[in-house]
Amino acid sequence: MIGPPSASGIRLAALLVGLGLVVALVAIGALFLGSARVPPGDVLAVLTGRVKGVDQVVVLSLRLPRILAALLAGGALAVAGAGFQALTRNPLAEPSVLGVSSGAAFGVIVAQVFGLGAGLVEAVGIAACAFAGALVAGVAVYVIASRGGGLPVHTLLLAGVIVGIFFSSAITVLISVLDFDRLGGVVHWLLGNLGPIAPTSLAVFAILTAVGLWLVVGQARPLNLLALGEESAQQLGVDAERLKRRVFAGAALLTSAVVAFVGPIGFVGLIVPQVLRMLLGPDNRLVIPAAVLGGGAFLLLADTLARNIVAPAELSVGVITAFCGAPFFVYLLRSRAPLAGP
Amino acid sequence: MTAPLVECAGVGFAYAAGGFAIRDLSFAVGFGETFGVIGPNASGKTTLVRLLSKVVEPSSGRIRLGGTDVAQLSRAEVARQVAVVPQDVPRGFRYTVEELVLMGRYPRAPRRFFESPEDRAAAQRAMEAADVLALRETLLDRLSGGERQRVMLARALAQEPRLLVLDEPTAHLDLRYQAECAGLLRRLGREAGLTIVLVSHDLSFAAELCDRLLLMSGGAAMRVGPPESVIDEAVLASAYGCRVLVDKHPISGRPTIHLVYPPG
Repeated sequence: MIGPPSASGIRLAALLVGLGLVVALVAIGALFLGSARVPPGDVLAVLTGRVKGVDQVVVLSLRLPRILAALLAGGALAVAGAGFQALTRNPLAEPSVLGVSSGAAFGVIVAQVFGLGAGLVEAVGIAACAFAGALVAGVAVYVIASRGGGLPVHTLLLAGVIVGIFFSSAITVLISVLDFDRLGGVVHWLLGNLGPIAPTSLAVFAILTAVGLWLVVGQARPLNLLALGEESAQQLGVDAERLKRRVFAGAALLTSAVVAFVGPIGFVGLIVPQVLRMLLGPDNRLVIPAAVLGGGAFLLLADTLARNIVAPAELSVGVITAFCGAPFFVYLLRSRAPLAGP
Repeated sequence: MTAPLVECAGVGFAYAAGGFAIRDLSFAVGFGETFGVIGPNASGKTTLVRLLSKVVEPSSGRIRLGGTDVAQLSRAEVARQVAVVPQDVPRGFRYTVEELVLMGRYPRAPRRFFESPEDRAAAQRAMEAADVLALRETLLDRLSGGERQRVMLARALAQEPRLLVLDEPTAHLDLRYQAECAGLLRRLGREAGLTIVLVSHDLSFAAELCDRLLLMSGGAAMRVGPPESVIDEAVLASAYGCRVLVDKHPISGRPTIHLVYPPG
C-alpha cells in the first residue's frame, strides 16, 4: 500500500543509505586489496576498461565475483538468522546453531556424490539438495525441541547441536567411504570458501537469495506481532501457521543457497541481527532489511581479512566468523543483561 | 435486548488431547451490552475467548458476528471486529507502549509495512482513552501491573473493534487499579458504545459491571441472565462446590459475594 512516507519509513531509508555507504566502502577496499599486487591505478584502469591481461583477470574474474558472493552470502545468512530468531522467539537461534547449515551441507555432499558439478542445471540441483537437507534438519530440530507449544531456549540449542552433530557425522562418513578426489575441495568448502565462483553459479545464487529475501523481509511486521505469542498474534489477525511456514522456508532457502555455493559459514546469522537489535531496537521492520546490507558488509570484511591476513596463503572465511562469533555467543549466554530478543 | 452482535448456537469444541472443553453452548450478546462470563477453573471460559477470536474453531455449532458466520471470515476480518485484552504480555517484550499499541492496527491493513498517519492517530486516541498517553515512550518491562493492563486495553481499542473481550482484566491488579479498570470499562461501554465480553473469576466485579452473566460449568452454560438471577447462593454452590453468601452492594445494589471459609 503506498502512502506518504512515515517517520519509520524515513528512518529505514536513512539506515539503508548509511549501510549502503558502508557496503560500498568495504567493497572498494576489498577490490583494491589482495595477495596479488595490483596497484590502485591499475585497478581503476581495469574498471574503466583501459587495462587487460592478468590484472583484469584478478580484478574482474577473481575479486569482483568474490565480493558479490560475500555480499549475497552475508545478507542471506543475517536475514536467515533474524528470521529463525523471530520464529523461535530465541535470539540465539541461527542456521549453524540450529543444525540447519549442517543439514544443507549434507545435502550438498550427497549431490556431489551423484556427480553434480558447476553447470547451470547442476547448480540448481546442488541448491535443491541443500534445501532438502536444510528442511529435514530444521523440522527435526523443531520436533525434538518443541514442548507444549513452546520452544524452550536450552532445549532448542541442544536439539540444534544434536542434529548438527548427526549431519556432521554423516558428512564424515561420506567423505571417509568415498573417493576423496570426487569431493574435491570439500574440506576447504566445509569451513566456508568464497573462492572462485562460476558466473552461472553466482547467478543461481543471486536468484535463490532474492527469493529467500522476498519470503522473509516482507513478513517483518507480522513477525513483530509473533513476539507477543502465537495466540495473541492470531487475535491480531496474523495467520500464524502460514507466516511460520513462509519464513521457515525463506530462511532455509537462504541458508541452503549459501551452503550450496560458498559453504556452511557460521555465526553471521547470530552476530549481525543481534548487533543490529542492540543498535536499532527489536523492530524487525528495521532489523531485517538492515541485516541484508549489514550481513553483506560483515562477511565481506571478514573475507577481506581472510584473504589478506596470512597472504599469500588464505584462511577460510568461516574461521574468521567463528573467531568473532564464538566469543560473542558466550557473551550472549553469560550476559546478565536480558538478550535483545526478536 | 437489541439485535445480537454475537450469537453462539449449539457450539461444541474439543481439544486434540481429548475431552470436550465446550458442549452445546448457546447464548447471544446484544450491541452495546456488557456481558460477563464466569465459572470455576476448567469450565471453558478461556476456550470461549479463543473461539470468539477464531484462535480455534467450533467442532460443532456456529458462531455469528453481526450475522456472519465466523468460519467465513479471515483472521484479519475477525480481528477488525473482535479485540482481545489478554492477561499480560510476554516477559522480555522490549517494545515501547506506543509500539505495542500500534500493533493493534495490523488487522486494519495487514499488507502495509509501516503504519499510516491514520494508524498513528487511532493509536493516539486509544492511548488517550486508556489513559496511557504519558507512557507512550516507556518500555513495557518498566510498567506496573495496572499500567500494563491499561496498555493492553489501549492496544485492543486501537483495533477499533465492535466487540471487546477481556480475559481476567483484574487478575493482577490491586484495589485501586481494579476500581480504575471498572471506571474505564463503564466509560467505554457508555460513551464508545462498545460491546464487551468480560471473563472473570471475580464474581463481584463481574456482577457490578455486567448487564448479564453467563455461568459456565463443565464446558456448558449453567445459567444466563441478569446478575441478580445468576449470582445465587444455591447456583454458585452447585457450580463451584463451595458455600458462598450473596449480599447487595450498599451503593450500587448489585450482588456481591462473600466466600464462606471452611473451619480448619
